[in-house]
Amino acid sequence: MKRAVIIAMLTLAPVYAGEIAPSERRSGYDFMAADTKAMQDDDTANPGMLWVLDGEALWKQKQGTAGKACADCHGDAAASMKGVAARYPAFDKTLGRPVSLDQRINLCRADHQQAEPLAYESHDLLALNAYVAAQSKGMPIAVGDDPELKPFVEKGHELFMQRQGQLNLACVNCHDDNWEKKLAGSPITQGQPTGYPTYRLEWQTVGSIERRMRGCITGVRAKPYDFGAPELVELELYLMMRARDMAMEAPAVRP
Amino acid sequence: MAAALISVPKQAKRGDIIEIKALTSHIMETGYRRTAAGDLVPRDIITSFACRYNGREIFRADLFPAIAANPFFSFFTVANESGKFEFEWIGDNGYSNTASAAITIL
Repeated sequence: MKRAVIIAMLTLAPVYAGEIAPSERRSGYDFMAADTKAMQDDDTANPGMLWVLDGEALWKQKQGTAGKACADCHGDAAASMKGVAARYPAFDKTLGRPVSLDQRINLCRADHQQAEPLAYESHDLLALNAYVAAQSKGMPIAVGDDPELKPFVEKGHELFMQRQGQLNLACVNCHDDNWEKKLAGSPITQGQPTGYPTYRLEWQTVGSIERRMRGCITGVRAKPYDFGAPELVELELYLMMRARDMAMEAPAVRP
Repeated sequence: MAAALISVPKQAKRGDIIEIKALTSHIMETGYRRTAAGDLVPRDIITSFACRYNGREIFRADLFPAIAANPFFSFFTVANESGKFEFEWIGDNGYSNTASAAITIL
């Protein structure tokens, strides 16, 4: 019986559940003060919802020389985009590598709308991303079902373990090993990517997970990768794998 | 940018104390920050917010540079008649934004 349980656990376990046990995983939400939690929980108080509303307007707006709106192909986002953000980054067969949701939106613009790509961290890209991500609110993260993603998850994991910068710190040193402690008075979270794009009070705006990761990389005094760099997508992919089955919160609020 | 997010109960009983919430998008640039080149970023803030209930002003606030981006107001009033709440934000560079919400007294 005991052996059967162990075998079942081995086959069900996600690729890297080793560092933080699934029962120990906590969203950044759990580390927040009651006021900030209340802000996220109330859709009329969560400033991220302003981006979601803008995204909804953009979704229906015709773009590019093809004169097509997202809605012309995808219809009602509440149905067609449900659960989509929970599966990103996803493998793109044409490119032969994983793409982030931001990149998917811009690929769609190029291929189907014949429109200019939206700049990373631009208002419109964040708004569209937030609108799509909001359709997965409360759903479990389900990244990584595609076996072709495996080598890229591996690369992301290596990057997570890789010491870098003048402080010579790896992601794992804080977010796996010391997450219950504090850094300069603020809780060190587990770095679970459940709520992106997120309205961050420090930024006073919505930002992507890449912005957040670049912030961390700058924090250890390393040179951050450019927005959309394969390394950032792989790191995001690994983080999403690490947070598999946790509930999506986008647009979240973070301090 | 989305104009505003307003929360007013659709229905209330006469005499109920109701909560009104108003969130609007605005960068609230303080006017104290400088660019990398050292130039001052000009101030661009909302300077006043007001809420009228069937034409009668029930809430007003003046805003200053220390207030964060995307200001959020929450306040209470007594629901005494069916009608309309009108919200108005006024700010630098001719900024003006309005919104409204209806309430029915049962």
